[in-house]
Amino acid sequence: MYTPQRIPILKVGRVLIVPIQVDMDDATAMQLQERILAELERTGARGVLIDISLLEMVDSFIGRMLSDIAAMTRIMDARTVVAGMQPAVAITLVELGLELPGVDTVLNVDEGIRLLRDEFGIREEASEEPPDFELSDHWKA
Amino acid sequence: MESIAILIETEQDIIIARSEVRSMAAAMGFRLTDQTRLATVASELARNIVKYAGRGRLIAQPMSDTDGRSGLRLIFEDQGPGIADIDAAMRDGYSTSGGLGKGLPGSRRLVDEFQIESHVGRGTRVTVIRWLSP
Repeated sequence: MYTPQRIPILKVGRVLIVPIQVDMDDATAMQLQERILAELERTGARGVLIDISLLEMVDSFIGRMLSDIAAMTRIMDARTVVAGMQPAVAITLVELGLELPGVDTVLNVDEGIRLLRDEFGIREEASEEPPDFELSDHWKA
Repeated sequence: MESIAILIETEQDIIIARSEVRSMAAAMGFRLTDQTRLATVASELARNIVKYAGRGRLIAQPMSDTDGRSGLRLIFEDQGPGIADIDAAMRDGYSTSGGLGKGLPGSRRLVDEFQIESHVGRGTRVTVIRWLSP
């Protein structure tokens, strides 16, 4: 039986990073949407950064999924940023009539992190810094 | 270059359709933006087949006109329920399935020629052409 592909969801600080590196079928896209929301709830992350720099095509189905994720995360008091859309994909999306309402887009992942941090105030947790410790003499040698 | 026919029945076939169309467009010398337009049209119209008709096929045909201009023709055909009101189906935002209503009108904007024939109870055929710019 067919099972959807599993797209990784990485948690870095209070941001979920979702690198989409495969051509998604509809079931994978739907499952990803649900998993992102479940991870937001489970981890308390406040931002979602979806990297689509390897996606060679965004059709109306995937476009709608991105808009839906942005709307749903906002309802959950989080923000979604879509990073790295290829120029040919942007041209095609606009001609198709999809301007991804409500989706913040940025050129790359770096810009996405900056936007989430500076504009939306999503920062690393201060309370979860690693404890200080001294290297033992053995390892200092 | 040979024409190809792809059975369109499952969501996986939508992926095959767009990837085959992109490869063919690339092999014919279409630039990246046109490859993307053609792959996107293939995805939209193949999805329509799966969603509304259940099954059908895509024929991808490299072709040239009398002036020697070459292009890629894509034919999407099914024997599904057909479209009762084609004018409405071609309007932005019109959908009978709760979708965005961008598939048909959006696809028309991505190609140079677009033709749709449909008969209720017999099926639908959408034919599109994108010409290779010299």
